[in-house]
Amino acid sequence: MRKIVKKKDGIHLDRRTFLKGAALGLAGTALPLNKADASFWESFFQKHFREMNDAEIKQVLSRLEREYEEKYKKTIKVGSEKAIPGVLFGYGLDLSRCIGCRKCVYACVEENNQSKDPQIHWISVLRFKKGEKWVDLEESEKYYNPELVPEQDYFYMPVQCQQCENPPCVRACPTQATWKDPDGIVVIDYNWCIGCRYCMAACPYGARHFNWTEPGRKPEEINPQMHYLGNRPRVKGVVEKCTFCVQRTRNGRYPACVEACPVGARKFGNLLDPNSEIRYAIEHKRVFRLKEDLNTYPKFYYFFAYGV
Amino acid sequence: MGSFIRNFFIALRQIFIGDRSYYLWVAFLSFFILLGFSAYLDQLNRGLITTAMRDQVSWGLFISNFTFLVGVAAAAVLLVVPAYLYNFKPIKEIVLFGELLAITAILMCILFILVDMGQPLRVWHILPFIGAMHFPASLLAWDVVVLNGYLAINSIIAFYVLYRLSIGKEYSMTVIGPLIILSIPWAVSIHTVTAFLYNGLSSRPYWNASILAPRFLASAFCSGPAIMLVLFQIIRKRSAVEIDNKAIFKIAELIAYAMAVNLFLLGAEAFKEFYSGGVDSYSIQYLYFGLHGKTSLVPWMWAASLFNVTAFFLFLFPKTRENFTTLNIGCVLIIIGVYIEKGMGLIVPGFVPDTLGEIYEYSPTTSEIVITMGIWAVGALIYTLLLKFAVPIYTGKLRFETKER
Repeated sequence: MRKIVKKKDGIHLDRRTFLKGAALGLAGTALPLNKADASFWESFFQKHFREMNDAEIKQVLSRLEREYEEKYKKTIKVGSEKAIPGVLFGYGLDLSRCIGCRKCVYACVEENNQSKDPQIHWISVLRFKKGEKWVDLEESEKYYNPELVPEQDYFYMPVQCQQCENPPCVRACPTQATWKDPDGIVVIDYNWCIGCRYCMAACPYGARHFNWTEPGRKPEEINPQMHYLGNRPRVKGVVEKCTFCVQRTRNGRYPACVEACPVGARKFGNLLDPNSEIRYAIEHKRVFRLKEDLNTYPKFYYFFAYGV
Repeated sequence: MGSFIRNFFIALRQIFIGDRSYYLWVAFLSFFILLGFSAYLDQLNRGLITTAMRDQVSWGLFISNFTFLVGVAAAAVLLVVPAYLYNFKPIKEIVLFGELLAITAILMCILFILVDMGQPLRVWHILPFIGAMHFPASLLAWDVVVLNGYLAINSIIAFYVLYRLSIGKEYSMTVIGPLIILSIPWAVSIHTVTAFLYNGLSSRPYWNASILAPRFLASAFCSGPAIMLVLFQIIRKRSAVEIDNKAIFKIAELIAYAMAVNLFLLGAEAFKEFYSGGVDSYSIQYLYFGLHGKTSLVPWMWAASLFNVTAFFLFLFPKTRENFTTLNIGCVLIIIGVYIEKGMGLIVPGFVPDTLGEIYEYSPTTSEIVITMGIWAVGALIYTLLLKFAVPIYTGKLRFETKER
């Protein structure tokens, strides 16, 4: 471990002032460091997640738990469950069922500790007019706001991270801060992301979101069941995205959006298991994937279960 | 060692030698630097929400300026090529000032990238060995390599030449010759890699066109030399450096050819997009005509086109090219024209409409503009200070002490 300089009666700087000082090029000089700043340096020198051994990961997780518990005043568990061998997650969405209610959008926000002020949504529900062109999404409406859904003349298509098998965002990242885990989930190390937003330019699905400012969320709204690569709180200046609720799905649960859908439009399961729901959908329905022409090979399948 | 320290102070003293207008100029720049710095501190505090960038248009004015300046830096090659390969004497003598401009432009590029980063303190993550540089997969990693390499090459050449001159000796071509030859393809590479950075993204049809890299180079060969022409005239007026008219007119002629290629490539792109009219042409429609009533870039793009065409004709005819009034008008038109076309006109339409079809109209905030002006002021200050050493060494006024003397 790196030695942390502590001065008992040092001037107390909050992190903001400290960052300013660092920006001024004064970092490393005789700035007095208090306890909070010690944790700042620990996270500053933290290694890339995939280069840490289990002991180092454990140390980081307990540091994060300490930090979050202090901040949110509740018991927090930050896990780092690895991908389960023999599992490749896939998602199905029945467009003939979706009624555009956005319950999935808000269930996702509750589960994944997104910022509520300003709002960050990992799922965008697009509305299209029936009979109009929709292949290029150009005629879509993201901000529809009717009294009641579904509306007579429209249909809906929720879009979130497609967990591509050939993810352009991963290739773009200059620091390897984002990668595809063995179960097919594309994750981000929020402590390694430099916030260059090249991945956002590379993503064809608008699935990546940036923390343009410090995320705003009340402590009582924090979901304490966290995963290092999933729903733990983010900081300003990093990118985040849907992880198929990695903190749930690696523990045998459904993603929050699947549970929240009131019409059962959302299917989820292991693509390698012939008896899974998702395999049933793929084998019995006519599925398609969004922007297949880009060869990103999404593991997110759209289909129409009934009707034409 | 003693002479080294003495020489350092001789060099340092140069900064303080200057007339009233020099001090006013430095004060003027410092004002904008401080203003930009305070805006940046606020951005650091509150996050990039101080800019107009959002998830839909996630790059804006900063990356636009970065792209434009990579072009300016690359254009130093336009001076190096005729000077060293064809031994065109009038240009050869002033190559040094072009290389100093390249150094300045690269430093400004690095600053524009830094202010655009969400987590600037983590910049070391991008380095090889101590960080986790994603090389060769990520084009951004390539850009880090080529830009820093270019900075190193130009710095070595410029400072070696200056050092030799400063101790009253001729520089040896066997030492820098290979570096100069290397700098030519390297200059092409920095701009090509920067073009590929956008070009390689299949998610953005507007950038994903093979014409992008050639267009980048053509427009860089217009804007970079145009800036140099203006600077040469200022240097010539303000110092004892003699710059031959022949050099200036030759560069202007080269700009005319570069602009011809640039306009041709633009025409080729416009034809393909508008005539075939597929779904991928929305971005260029947005640029030149607006989309769904959203037209914020339209007047800028038409102005840029008008400026570029006018400048082309001014530089094409020897009569207007060799008249300093029309020459300078042409330079200013090209600088503004390419700045719009290669800056906001390139970056923003890549994001409009966004990948889910949304149109978010980006227009930079005051904070972004102030930070941008601050970085330009830093660049102007760096170039001024570099000239403060280079000019007296070049004219023989400043000589360092050596042991022999």
